[in-house]
Amino acid sequence: MTTEPSSPRTAARAVDLTKIYGKDDTQVVALGGVTVEFAAGRFTAIMGPSGSGKSTLMHCMAALDSSTSGEVYIGDTELSGLNDKELTKLRRDKIGFVFQAFNLIPTLTARENITLPLDIAGRSIDKDWFDNVIATVGLADRLSHKPNQLSGGQQQRVACARALVSKPEIIFADEPTGNLDSRSGTEVLSFLRRSVREFDQTIVMVTHDPSAAAYSDRVLFLADGQIVDEMTDPTAEKVLERMKGFDSVGQQA
Amino acid sequence: MIRATLKSLAARKLRLAMSAFAIVLGVAFVAGSYVFTDTIDRTFDDIFGGLSSDVVVRPDLPGETDLFTGFATGTTTTIPAGLVDDVSALPGVERADGEIEDQSFFVLDTDGDVMTTQGAPGIAVNWHDGPNAEGDPVLQLVDGELPAGPGQVALDDRTFENSGYQIGDEVQFVSTGDEPRVSAELVGVVQFGESGSLAGASLSVFETRYAQELFLGGDDAFNRISVTASEGSSAEQVRDEISAILPGDFEALTGADVDEETASAIEEGLGFFNTFLLVFAAIALFVGVFLILNTFSILVAQRSQEMALYRALGAGRRQVTRSVLLEAFVVGVVGSTLGLLLGLGVAQLLKTVFGAFGLELAGGLVLQPRTVVISYVVGIVVTMIAAYVPARRASKVPPIAAMRDDIVSTESSRRVHLYVGGALTLAGAAAMAVGLFADVSDAALLVGAGIFAVFIGVALLAPVLAVPVLRVVAGWYPKAFGTVGRLARENALRNPRRTAATASALMIGMALVTAISIVGASANATVDKALDDGVRAQFVVSNAVGQPFSPAIAEQVSQVDGVDDVVSVRMSGGLVDGDQTFLQAFDPVAYSQAADLEMVEGTDELGPGQFLIGEDQAESKGLSVGDTVRLQLPGSDGEIELAGIYAQTPLLGGGVVVSQQTLEDGAVPPLDSMLYVIASDGADLAAVHEGLNTATADLPTVTVQDQDEYKQQSRDQVNQLLFLVYALLGLAVLIAVLGIVNTLALSVMERTREVGLLRAVGLSRRQLRRTIRLESIAIAVLGAVLGVALGLLFGVSLQRAIADDGLDQLAIPGGQLIVFVVLAAVIGVLAAVWPARRAAKLDVLRAITTE
Repeated sequence: MTTEPSSPRTAARAVDLTKIYGKDDTQVVALGGVTVEFAAGRFTAIMGPSGSGKSTLMHCMAALDSSTSGEVYIGDTELSGLNDKELTKLRRDKIGFVFQAFNLIPTLTARENITLPLDIAGRSIDKDWFDNVIATVGLADRLSHKPNQLSGGQQQRVACARALVSKPEIIFADEPTGNLDSRSGTEVLSFLRRSVREFDQTIVMVTHDPSAAAYSDRVLFLADGQIVDEMTDPTAEKVLERMKGFDSVGQQA
Repeated sequence: MIRATLKSLAARKLRLAMSAFAIVLGVAFVAGSYVFTDTIDRTFDDIFGGLSSDVVVRPDLPGETDLFTGFATGTTTTIPAGLVDDVSALPGVERADGEIEDQSFFVLDTDGDVMTTQGAPGIAVNWHDGPNAEGDPVLQLVDGELPAGPGQVALDDRTFENSGYQIGDEVQFVSTGDEPRVSAELVGVVQFGESGSLAGASLSVFETRYAQELFLGGDDAFNRISVTASEGSSAEQVRDEISAILPGDFEALTGADVDEETASAIEEGLGFFNTFLLVFAAIALFVGVFLILNTFSILVAQRSQEMALYRALGAGRRQVTRSVLLEAFVVGVVGSTLGLLLGLGVAQLLKTVFGAFGLELAGGLVLQPRTVVISYVVGIVVTMIAAYVPARRASKVPPIAAMRDDIVSTESSRRVHLYVGGALTLAGAAAMAVGLFADVSDAALLVGAGIFAVFIGVALLAPVLAVPVLRVVAGWYPKAFGTVGRLARENALRNPRRTAATASALMIGMALVTAISIVGASANATVDKALDDGVRAQFVVSNAVGQPFSPAIAEQVSQVDGVDDVVSVRMSGGLVDGDQTFLQAFDPVAYSQAADLEMVEGTDELGPGQFLIGEDQAESKGLSVGDTVRLQLPGSDGEIELAGIYAQTPLLGGGVVVSQQTLEDGAVPPLDSMLYVIASDGADLAAVHEGLNTATADLPTVTVQDQDEYKQQSRDQVNQLLFLVYALLGLAVLIAVLGIVNTLALSVMERTREVGLLRAVGLSRRQLRRTIRLESIAIAVLGAVLGVALGLLFGVSLQRAIADDGLDQLAIPGGQLIVFVVLAAVIGVLAAVWPARRAAKLDVLRAITTE
């Protein structure tokens, strides 16, 4: 199943990224100088035990949180120099999001939720692309429904469609299947992988579920704010094995 | 449970402050009204307490002595000097002093302007040194000498200080006597009582003989006798002793009774002010209830998980209810305390304003225990009532339901709202209709209760009404503002109950403002039409506050070149068949030249002992030509006969018209209230106006106006009143604005995650602020639209109801109503400022990860 990167380009990268919470005595180092690259057109999973810094890494990469030091690039844009307005614009135009829960605005229909970033930007909708995305997520007959009329899986698929429809540089997915039953989770993950394969989309996903990570091209393992390992062409078994290793290391430490 | 409640309160100080603010304002009004009127009462008790001597002898007037009715000009009945001697000869009497008093003798300052506050009397008296009931002098000479003969005067110290005159100067006066202008040399300054405060009036003191010259046509007579009892006799004994020798048209009263009567008449006159303020306090509190109700509803909804946790941990339903009520109690106590303090500030402010207008209230504010009790009771009870509904709802939250996010009101509760709201609206409307159109005794109470019920009813219906209205009000948002507009529209629509409750507060203020503006516009239109259609006289001579003036002015005016005729109208109070009645006196034949007067029955040849009445009143009293009624005037008591019935005109209002001779025979002073001036055919009106101005130039108490000026003056009076009412209703609107701020702020808190998500997917701060602003505008305009609609209903029914009493032109100030709605939109923008800024400041990451 090995797929060569269709492009050698880097969609996002971090250089010596640190994030420290609190001051002085109560300092907590969430990220201790992480350097990482996310190649364009690849599906990367970030794994690690709780408190390993995997969410913090994603938040910093996704312009949702500021770093203490180091650099973050989305495409060629370095984030630390940007003000709120520029960050907002960057998120809107270059980044797609899928969160674990509460992905949709309850007052808007599925269609309105999907086109939300484009509408906010005032960009016109590429009709063919939209239809293509909708067909892929299989939501054509659900577009006029409000979120509370959709199942959890459907909601997450709407969220994926939203992330995809604006053709962002990179999509960050934070535990996108964390709240779903396994069947719905499988649907969402398959869809994410398809969008990488078929649409050449770049996706970074944080998860603690080895079988979710198995859908990615490459898995990064974080522990104590450091990248401690990585694995290409993962399978659920291999990932689980590796995670067990961390757990025991964590327990020993 | 109590500790948990108090802790949760302390953790939400801001929220507490905001919901308490409505209570603070309402209670401040209540407390302020009471403190202020108590202060007024104290002031007048001070002024009039111990003013009179032991016993007072005066002409016996029918009905109540009412100092504040402009046309109650007293009586021309006087007490002959001989009676003073007779009284002083009685064994229980130590001394008896004849007193002369005139209430319309105005001091002009060195610039020629009237010195007294508008409406306050210009008092003139003769000097005597008889003591009051406590043995103290009423007047004390503080500078110069006492007036000792003709052409000399002493002024009270306040008037003296403000007048610019020096002792030895010639002081100018305007009187109602045959000589409208009088001057006298200022020889001294007196002080009245201990404080010197005359509550805006002026006091001029003359030597007795000269005063008789000025006010009683030179007769050796008096208006009143002040009697001092001799050692060992009580006031009551002396009163009875005097009563025994008095002719029938005089009465003797103890000084204490007279003082009480005077003070209470003034207090009653100012008492309307208390009622007025209390009405606005009630409105403020009523609107406040909506704010508190809404705040508590949202808070309870937000804390439903907390509540459910308490329930899960074993707290009973009643305990949960009690904890919410306890929270309300604390808010009520805090709000009432602050309100009471603010109320003292309000009273102080009113006192200062009154002082600036010349009505000085000496001494500090009066805070009676009653005021404190009422403030707390009102504040706490209102808060707890407002919190009860959400409290009960909170207790019904099943522990499991709280885990779910959305607690939607059930269909059945909405139906209950619909039925109860509809029933209340109808019942309220019916009560209003009965109060307005049927002849019932407690009309005002019925109308008030009806309006109240309609407000609550419509507020209950509002969640249902809100949806279609909002679809229109906010329907164009998505087209105009894209996604931001769509979000705003959907947010306004997502919880109709909350949106409607928030808008209801504004609705009440807007409805009242609209109704008042319709009544005001109708009043103006009525006056305009009455003058346009009904008045042929080109000029009107009148006094700005309706004080009567000397008939000599009519004489002077009629001498002006180009004046064909002058028609004088006099006014008085009197008892008709025992009822206090407003009387007008003129010659109907002459009057019909100046203004509309058409007889439908009988004659307009009105002789002494006869009267005319309007069509409607004749019908309601069952009178026809030839019937008689009993008329009591200060100096007469007899039957008068109905000579004719005239067609109702707005100007006359359909009331009783008698001849001027009838009033004079009844010892009513012969003073004019208004003059209609008819120019000769072909006269140059500008020249006549000029001539009239010249003729009245040295009489600052009267003004000459042509029709346009007269219209403008009455319009100005109406508008002044309107602005006062608007200013007070502005308070209700302010509370409503706070309600919007509160709801938006709490809604934003509730939607924190949504805000975070929107910001994450690229909504800029500016767009987020606009979303909230648009939602706020939608709420405000919803309130305004409902309010204006209700106000139209109220205003039109009010106008219809009093159409027969003179307000027969309906005018709907369309432009003004549009301005109100636009203002509401502006209010929406302002109310959104703070919540929008708060929302924009939310940290994206933290917002999105909030639980």
